[in-house]
Amino acid sequence: MKILVCISHVPDTTAKINFTNGDTEFDTNGVQFVINPNDEFGLTRAIWFKEKQGAHVTVVNVGGAETEATIRKALAIGADEAIRVNAVPTDGFAVAKQLAEVVKAGSYDVVICGKESLDYNGGMVPGMLASMLGYNFVNSCVGVEVEGSNATLIREIDGGKETLTTNLPLVIGGQKGIVEEKDLRIPNMRGIMTARTKALNVMEPVAADAKTKAVKFEKPAPKSAVKLISPDNLDELINLLHNEAKVI
Amino acid sequence: MSVLIYTEFAEGKFKKVALELASYAKKVAESLGTTLTAVTVNAGDVSELGKYGVDKVLKVTDSKLDKFNAKAYADVVKQAAQKEGSKVVVLSSTTDSLYLAPIVAVGLDAGYASNVVALPVSTSPFQVKRNAFSSKGFNVTELTSDVKVLALAKNSFGLAEASGAAATEDFAVTLNDADFNIHIQNQEKASGKVSIADAEIVVSGGRGLKGPENWGMIEELAGVLGAATACSKPVSDLDWRPHSEHVGQTGKPVASNLYIAVGISGAIQHIAGINASKVKVVINSDPEAPFFKVADYGIVGDAFQIVPELTKKLKEFKANNN
Repeated sequence: MKILVCISHVPDTTAKINFTNGDTEFDTNGVQFVINPNDEFGLTRAIWFKEKQGAHVTVVNVGGAETEATIRKALAIGADEAIRVNAVPTDGFAVAKQLAEVVKAGSYDVVICGKESLDYNGGMVPGMLASMLGYNFVNSCVGVEVEGSNATLIREIDGGKETLTTNLPLVIGGQKGIVEEKDLRIPNMRGIMTARTKALNVMEPVAADAKTKAVKFEKPAPKSAVKLISPDNLDELINLLHNEAKVI
Repeated sequence: MSVLIYTEFAEGKFKKVALELASYAKKVAESLGTTLTAVTVNAGDVSELGKYGVDKVLKVTDSKLDKFNAKAYADVVKQAAQKEGSKVVVLSSTTDSLYLAPIVAVGLDAGYASNVVALPVSTSPFQVKRNAFSSKGFNVTELTSDVKVLALAKNSFGLAEASGAAATEDFAVTLNDADFNIHIQNQEKASGKVSIADAEIVVSGGRGLKGPENWGMIEELAGVLGAATACSKPVSDLDWRPHSEHVGQTGKPVASNLYIAVGISGAIQHIAGINASKVKVVINSDPEAPFFKVADYGIVGDAFQIVPELTKKLKEFKANNN
């Protein structure tokens, strides 16, 4: 089984978010970038398939040379090889188009993406990629098993979950649950050393026009200070929630 | 040329998010000088949509669509948009609609903006404001394509009633056999419990509750308020509560009207997950807990005394105000 894991290079979840250049760009100053957490869950599941079922795992990222440290981390975690499509990601549509070319060239059986990236939270790429390829697609996936050309998946639905079956090829939009956080791999020294010798192929992009563009950014308005209420006066809280905030 | 919305119908009625979607899209339609059409799948009585501004309902009735299927439902939305000549298609932010929207966008060769939180900043060029960076910022996005697909963030617009009645029209859709390659084997849904996705109010507990045996008081408080229950990441990591209740950047985002956090200190990833909630109440024994910096109302004290007392007082309040 050939698995392609699409990884996004995003600010660490603890990063302070600031904007620069007249609020038209994200300020990367002092920001640590990581593998998008939803993608890391998918990558760990792919490595599980490698160890249990002999799958071959390739990671791909659409991005400039600055994302290579993130790609190397994915190799250190256990991916066999990597591809970087040498294009600055503009929007979900353009990224999905680049990834579709990679999938077609490599004939992958399973493509795992995070259901959304933690920068723009668009949730666009997995569905767009599956549509462009005509592959089966399961989003918000919290469980996956593959036997031969058949897959059994669990997806989250509002208020519960459902179990689905389908056949390969398949695109998955994965999230926490596809593996648990405690099962995420931390690269060890051997993994880091081996990653240096693994192939990181750079592909030039195909022409792909974005259909959206980020015009400017804003930060949420500063919050007024918290109103502290005495634990002995819970009636005041009820009164404020009813009359001031009007939420009960 | 109508603006088109896909409205979700379940258990005999339209979901509240569908009515919020209609309210929002009506204003978008007005700003574009056009009408609002809704497409429904196997819905019963659709008259309620007219009360929220829908001018026309395309009713799709097909037993093959009894269970949600993203590819087939995307065909429905795409064909409805093509029939109406819609340049703007708006969906909700439910799990199902977010599953559909990118497929619809590719089908219509459209730009797609999700997490939209307000009416368009401008319609020419077409620019919308959306949540980004897990609600730690906003992004104004311009959609440069001819057709635009938007997904409206939950609870970001509210309901706006209109006086009107929607015309209805039966609409037959051409479905492709390949759409039905994914088979649902079973569904597990918690019945009688408010889900985080639908909740107007969420009551959430953290490690300060000391153990899963203490969740009864969270559930009781949630019960009085008609709220969903949730938890912080450490709590789900410790298996005190299921992962489906984990709220935060890598868990569920919450955009409720009221979020009550009990015994949660407020890690940056948790705050990012609840930032879109309108009113935040924090109950914590540690006055230095970071959550107090983002809360609207706070109580410093022992949750084991405060929560049962608050539940009792809320019961009395509800009894007197109903």
